[in-house]
Amino acid sequence: MTKEKDLKGYWKKNLQYLSILLSIWFTVSYGFGILLAPWLNNFKMGGFKLGFWFAQQGSIYVFVVLIFIYVYLMNRLDKKFGVNEEDA
Amino acid sequence: MDVQTWTYILVGITFTLYIGIAIWSRAGTTSEFYVAEGAVNPLTNGMATAADWMSAASFLSMAGLISFMGYDGTVYLMGWTGGYVLLALLLAPYLRKFGKFTVPDFIGDRYYSNTARTVAVICALIVSFTYVAGQMRGVGLVFSKFLEVDIFWGVIIGMAIVFFYAVLGGMKGITYTQVAQYCVLIFAFMVPAFFISMQLTGSPIPQIGFGSTVTDGSGMYLLDKIDQLHTELGFAEYTSGTKSMQDVFFITVALMVGTAGLPHVIVRFFTVPKVKDARISVGYALIFIAILYTTAPAIAVFARTNLIETVSKQPYEEMPPWFATWEETALLNWVDKNEDGIINYAPGAAIVGAPNIIRDGLDIRRGVNNQVMISNEVTTNDNELYVDRDIMVLANPEIAGLPAWVAALVAAGGLAAALSTAAGLLLVISTSVSHDLIKKQFNKDISDKAELRYARIAAAVAVIVAGYFGINPPGFVAQVVAIAFGLAAASFFPAIILGIFYKKMNKQGALAGMIAGLIFTLAYIIYFKIAFPELNIPENWWFGISPEGIGTFGMIINLIVALSVKSFYPDPPEDVQEMVEGIRYPR
Repeated sequence: MTKEKDLKGYWKKNLQYLSILLSIWFTVSYGFGILLAPWLNNFKMGGFKLGFWFAQQGSIYVFVVLIFIYVYLMNRLDKKFGVNEEDA
Repeated sequence: MDVQTWTYILVGITFTLYIGIAIWSRAGTTSEFYVAEGAVNPLTNGMATAADWMSAASFLSMAGLISFMGYDGTVYLMGWTGGYVLLALLLAPYLRKFGKFTVPDFIGDRYYSNTARTVAVICALIVSFTYVAGQMRGVGLVFSKFLEVDIFWGVIIGMAIVFFYAVLGGMKGITYTQVAQYCVLIFAFMVPAFFISMQLTGSPIPQIGFGSTVTDGSGMYLLDKIDQLHTELGFAEYTSGTKSMQDVFFITVALMVGTAGLPHVIVRFFTVPKVKDARISVGYALIFIAILYTTAPAIAVFARTNLIETVSKQPYEEMPPWFATWEETALLNWVDKNEDGIINYAPGAAIVGAPNIIRDGLDIRRGVNNQVMISNEVTTNDNELYVDRDIMVLANPEIAGLPAWVAALVAAGGLAAALSTAAGLLLVISTSVSHDLIKKQFNKDISDKAELRYARIAAAVAVIVAGYFGINPPGFVAQVVAIAFGLAAASFFPAIILGIFYKKMNKQGALAGMIAGLIFTLAYIIYFKIAFPELNIPENWWFGISPEGIGTFGMIINLIVALSVKSFYPDPPEDVQEMVEGIRYPR
């Protein structure tokens, strides 16, 4: 495989990760926290109405988790395509 | 010991610490001054970013604001954290690979145009100045409330400290001071939160506490109780809010995208050694930020419940001592409209404007119940209570009956939050002037030493200008935050994203987009916030979008204009396309 082709594959995979992770990001914050919040408020988790919880707590936890998943995926991808910085 | 003595001790210790760090980490080269030589550990950088990001507003005002906004406060909680996901996935790693010093650097090189660089510098300066003035004001306020120092001297002391470590240490000094400031501010924020959560719900973890049952034996959930209290008093339910859904949506987008586009945040990710470090560093930053941002909504509920339970329908005579203390600072007031001696708390403003205390000579004039008298015009609704939102965090320890050192800790934390943000912003201002203007535009052959000298002079001038605005705040200080985020969302963010992900975007498109987004957003905000504030009601807004959320619209305009103008002009030169290709891969 030529180096050029390798990089194209890397970028494509990167964009794929981005679209999946950003869809989750959007669904949890704008979806659960805003658009669906009035409906989700019909359900409760402990003392929290679910829509309210996603808006003021859950979305923030999900943001943190998403970044660490991205870091993990990209480090693996860097190694797989030989663009990781350690072997420079 | 009383609160004031404790405050002197804690503020004294923390300030000595900041100065010590500044002396230890002086900068000797422009690379040290601008990006701490790009050698900062990712965890350290994450902590510094958190302090850089969390301002006096996050620390002192946000929980109070949410306390009065209920569900609507979500716009700040999600808006000021969700942007970090965009930063980690779409910006930080690529800009780190690009490997220069500033955001205008990237815009200028990527769009092979000094005009683009200048537009970016102007945006960076407007955003940073509007933001920094508020920080200096915050420093002045803490000093005047806790140490009974005049606001003027409070700001001067704050300026002197920031001057010392920003001018001397540059990014290197700021980074390590910010780490110390993060520790101070998060400790100061969490301690009262633990205590109050314990008192109210029996759970020491505030994030769990505000979803638990109250300890009064009723077995009722705290959030159900506050909804019930709200309904009884005629307020909208706490967990539902009053803003329209599209406004909440647009404001949240504007704040998220604005966060990701703020130059003083982006530049922090130029300071770590590798692309890999930039990615994980954003993750660390968000963890440190999330600790405060998930606690704030809990504090908001605790404070709101405590306030309503203590004051509502209670006789004034039975108020605890803190009520009188805060009355005298004009941040709290009771106007006995129906002359029954009982405090009626209801929706609507109790008085017109902020309380204006009547004094006879030096003495405060007292009413029949010994309450503080004010000269303000009284409104016709049932509400008799004026509460300034800022006291929700400041007075929280007293309202909950916590020891004096806890209140003093809040003062030291507020100062740490304001100073760390101010320093980060001052650095952006000084770098924009010395690097993006002087070196890149006027004198390309300038020596590193001379450039460093200009950077220091620019930082010094910026401190003085910021201090001036802190002492004489323009009447619209609270409103300008909307401008900072709106501008960042409508100008930088789309330009950077297109620059990385759309190789064929050319300078004509990017420039036209930035200028269109900028002018539209500025015009809308100035029209409603400064020129005709009396028209600033939902009926007049476009599509029901408030000036706070209009940056989202500005961003969309920027994208549309950029993509249409782009097609009329040639593709960018080959070397620029190669550069874009290059920043996409860590190696």
